[in-house]
Amino acid sequence: MSDGEAAIEVGALCKRYGDYEAVRGIDITVARGEVFGLLGPNGAGKTTTVEILEGYRTRSSGHVSVLGHDPATRSIALRRRIGIVLQSGGIYSHITPREALAHWASFYPHPRDVEEVLELAGLTAQAEVRSRKLSGGQLRRLDFALALVGDPELIFLDEPTTGFDPEARRAAWETVRSLRALGKTILLTTHYLEEAHALADRVAIMKDGRILAEGPPGELGTGAAHYRVAYRDGDGELVERDTEDPTALLHELTGEALARGERLQDLSVARPSLEDVYLELTADA
Amino acid sequence: MHEQLLLGWRQYRLERRMFWRNPSAAFFNFVLPLLFLAAGGAILSGNQHDLDKLVPSIAGMSVMSTTFTALAYNIVFLRERGVLKRIRGTPLPTISYFGGVAANAVTNTALQIVIIVLAGRVLFGIDWPPHVGALIVFVVAGVVAFAALGVAFAHVIPNFESTAAYVNAVFLPVVFVSFFVVDSSSAPRFLRTIADALPLAPLIRGLSGALVAGSGLGGHLDALAVIALWGAGGIYLAVRGFSWEQSRT
Repeated sequence: MSDGEAAIEVGALCKRYGDYEAVRGIDITVARGEVFGLLGPNGAGKTTTVEILEGYRTRSSGHVSVLGHDPATRSIALRRRIGIVLQSGGIYSHITPREALAHWASFYPHPRDVEEVLELAGLTAQAEVRSRKLSGGQLRRLDFALALVGDPELIFLDEPTTGFDPEARRAAWETVRSLRALGKTILLTTHYLEEAHALADRVAIMKDGRILAEGPPGELGTGAAHYRVAYRDGDGELVERDTEDPTALLHELTGEALARGERLQDLSVARPSLEDVYLELTADA
Repeated sequence: MHEQLLLGWRQYRLERRMFWRNPSAAFFNFVLPLLFLAAGGAILSGNQHDLDKLVPSIAGMSVMSTTFTALAYNIVFLRERGVLKRIRGTPLPTISYFGGVAANAVTNTALQIVIIVLAGRVLFGIDWPPHVGALIVFVVAGVVAFAALGVAFAHVIPNFESTAAYVNAVFLPVVFVSFFVVDSSSAPRFLRTIADALPLAPLIRGLSGALVAGSGLGGHLDALAVIALWGAGGIYLAVRGFSWEQSRT
């Protein structure tokens, strides 16, 4: 396959459950080697979207291509090339991480070395512990390890760090970064802004089954959107004004203030951060 | 084909390993039927006619518990824990997975039948099975039917906490009715009709023919037909309603 071919292409994807539309016509393109973040509040349709790409659910309409395959056909050829970290996927109680990884590795044509994966996931010390005795964080690392042992080209991470403490989250981020450095394509869902910012090359913000904004996390909202000029008026009230042309607005505001002989207290000009964009887009009307 | 077999074999070996590591499962599979056999044998001590009925009855119950009960429990547990969903996302072929799981159940059943036959011989002086061919046919038919019914029944069970209630609500009445009808010629007619329409009583009659009574396969073709019908229905329902993940409602 050519390098130019996208890892994931989604066009006009819709998913209905009865009368409820979980996904309402979204378009996504994820390039090879890219870390793409799907960000949004609970119930936005992130997991439904990812599970359609993984082959767990069938779409109601639209076009989906994952590594050149239609995931709805559930071909084994595709599943050999992807790794999945589910939001909550269990593992047998009575086997050890080493046994689980060796078993999982046997499903794939070119698996990674089990010991190497144990080390990457930080489970070397627990390699011989039955999984029912592992902690929540260790089980989550095993989730990562099981998704990686087949040496997949494309990895789906559905809310990989939900419920993690900050230290465990940093460790998981390091794993994701190391996967990216290996040239893996990663589709990540999260409701943590910080996580999307830290990991993703590009982010799509999703709400109510639609994509509201898309772009590199540092640039989101700075394109078509606006600058925010803030100051306190004569009564000390905070005034915020959004503009596409801060130069003209500042000229107007400062001109008026000088004419009145006042100062504009706490004057600032800011570009909205990812957080501002996110909060604004996902706020309930 | 070769690869599917190899992966099925690996799944089977994993299932065996996990089985032996779960002491309660091993206990229910092997010790419980022996306890039943010992208790029944103590009660019926000296009455060879009744002992001859006891052994096939326990054998039939064992087929049901190693397949129907064990698979219903396992499927619900693995579904609720998300193990099935995780496996569904790997390249492991569905046929290899279920082949391994089914072979594990068959192994348990076969081990139990061997234990029961040995115990019958050693404890109660029952002769070696006169019709080994008929024994294999009925055990295989019983395993297929009850395994499929167990998987199908798992669809009905809403969550793991309620599994014991659901499984026992089926298992215990079926065992009691079947034992009673097989054991007693004075059982009421309607009860006999019900029991003979269920798969366990025909299985026990078939096993009885193979293990002790000496009538072999030929005398129990009607029983085999009933089991086969349940098997066909069970397979249809097991495949049709199968869910790889817990519904969220």
